[in-house]
Order: sequence, then C-alpha cells, then structure tokens
Amino acid sequence: MENIAPQLYTLLVFMVVGSVIAVETKNLLSAVISVSAVGFALSVAFLFMGAPDIAITQLVVEVLVLIILIRGTILIDNTSVESHRDTLAVVASLIFFGLLLGFGAMIFGSRGFPEFGEPLMRVSRVYVQTGLPATYAANIVTSVILDFRAYDTLGEATVLFTSVIGALALLRKDGKARGKEVAVA
Amino acid sequence: MKGMTLIVRTITDFVVAFIVVFGAYIVLYGHLTPGGGFAGGVIIACAFILLMLAHGKEAAFARLPEKAAHIFDSAGALAFLIIGWIGLSGGFFFLNVFGRGEQFRLLSSGMIFPLNIAIAFKVGASLFLVFAALAMFRRRSFRAMIEEELS
Repeated sequence: MENIAPQLYTLLVFMVVGSVIAVETKNLLSAVISVSAVGFALSVAFLFMGAPDIAITQLVVEVLVLIILIRGTILIDNTSVESHRDTLAVVASLIFFGLLLGFGAMIFGSRGFPEFGEPLMRVSRVYVQTGLPATYAANIVTSVILDFRAYDTLGEATVLFTSVIGALALLRKDGKARGKEVAVA
Repeated sequence: MKGMTLIVRTITDFVVAFIVVFGAYIVLYGHLTPGGGFAGGVIIACAFILLMLAHGKEAAFARLPEKAAHIFDSAGALAFLIIGWIGLSGGFFFLNVFGRGEQFRLLSSGMIFPLNIAIAFKVGASLFLVFAALAMFRRRSFRAMIEEELS
C-alpha cells in the first residue's frame, strides 16, 4: 500500500479549517456550507483509505443533510447569530477534553498506539477471514453489517423508524390545534 | 412551494429516472460491489426530494404518495424483522438459513440480498417522509405559527 499520509494530512488541515470557520462564522448559511465541506473532505479521505462503501454513504447523507440544513436556514429571516463566549462552557469542554486524553493515555499509554493502517484486529480478523466463505457476499462490509452484525442493523433501522415517527408527530399539520376539539378517529 | 425555474425542472425530469436506476443498482448489487441498502435507499430518496424541490410537493406525491411511503417505511422495517425471525428456524436470530447460491452472482449470499432491499425501502421512504414533513412544516410560515401560539 503506497504512502497516503500527505493526502490525508492535507484533507485533515482542510477539515480543521472548515470546522473552525463553521464554529466562528456569524452567518448561518456559511456555517452550514462549511460543515458540509468538512463532510465532503471526510468522504474523500475515506476513498483514499480504501473504504468506498463508507465514502458513498458519507457523500449521499452529506448531500441530503446539506439540502435539509440549507432549506432550514433560508427559512429563518435572521441568518446571522451573535456569538458570545461562555466561560463555563469553555472550561467544561477543556476539562472533558483533558479527561478524554487522560483515558486515552491510560488505555494506549502502556502499549502504544497501533501503527496507522494496522488497527487492533481481534474480532474483525474473524470477519475478514471468513466473510466470503461464510456468506458468499463479495462486499465484506455488507457481509458484516447484514450477516455477522445484522442485529445491530436492526437497531439502526429501529432508530430511523422512531425518528420518522417523532418528526411526523411533531411537524404534522392535522391535530395540532391546541385547546380545540381534535377529531379522534 | 411552487417549484423552481424551467431550467431546473427540465434537467430534473431528465435525471430523476437515472438517479432511481443508479440507486436500485447500488441496492441490488450491495453484496457484490461497494454500496448497499442504506446508501442506495438514500440515493432513491434524494431523487424524490429533487422532484419535490424542483416541481413542488404535489409532483413528488403524485409519483410516491405519502401513504405509500408510510407503507414502504413500515414494511421495510417489518421485512427486516421477519427475515431475522426466519433465521430462528435454524436456531439463531438472523442466522443465514437461505441458500448461499454461487459466489459473485446476483442471487447469492442468502439473506443479505433481501435484507439489503428491505433496508433500502425503509431508509428511502423514511428519509423522504422526514423531508416531506419539513416541507409541509414550511408551508405554514414560522411567524404565523408563533403568533398562533401566542394568541
């Protein structure tokens, strides 16, 4: 596998800059577009790392989210927000970031990080070795999410189902009249 | 929502069919090539969302009625669960009891193929419904709603 670190670092710098712009900009539309730029860069990064499956999903979901967020943003009249620094929030995030780094050091500190591109492969080694013979699915990702881990995918489908029910219940037109008689079928 | 300009509407009429075909390809070949039920379902939902953006809500609902989307949404989730239950006949939930077929063929890999299709129906219909709910929400203007709440 050739060295892809320069491309990944370029994308990483792009993503960091995009995230900072998204947080710091006053205009909501610019923030939405910056977030989407970060997502598209992430999709390209997945392609470089040889994960076209995730890249497709990331790209498609990013497009959908971009459409929804832009429609949501242009709906609001006042698209510029006043940013104000909350000292408590900054302190809290710094503390939690420190805790995260501390736990990471506790877990990885003694053994050191695994090399880039060589993750810890305890469970996934079995999937990679037996994926094709056990399921006959040439796409190893599909064989994992729909065969070895189909139960997780059921949970994911349930989450989506619940979110749709919630969105429709909150945003529906009928039955929203408050204080009036609501026709119950 | 009245829709967009003539240029956008003409191009939409051209590309929507191709987007749906591409989404169906991503779903049906999900076990052989990159992609799968989730990505393909989102692509198909995007085709209908494009219709809704370009032509307005009515054009999209004429091709995929809201009721049908509700049925696809629920049927996809139910089909996923039922395929899991079929696995129980072999001893375990989600056991791949279907015939594996021949390697690298379309009809192979047992239950992964129907599960991909079920996920695609579920994801596509539900994302379309979420977008439709947001579009309907927009029709009543935000300000009118707030004034209604306050009065």
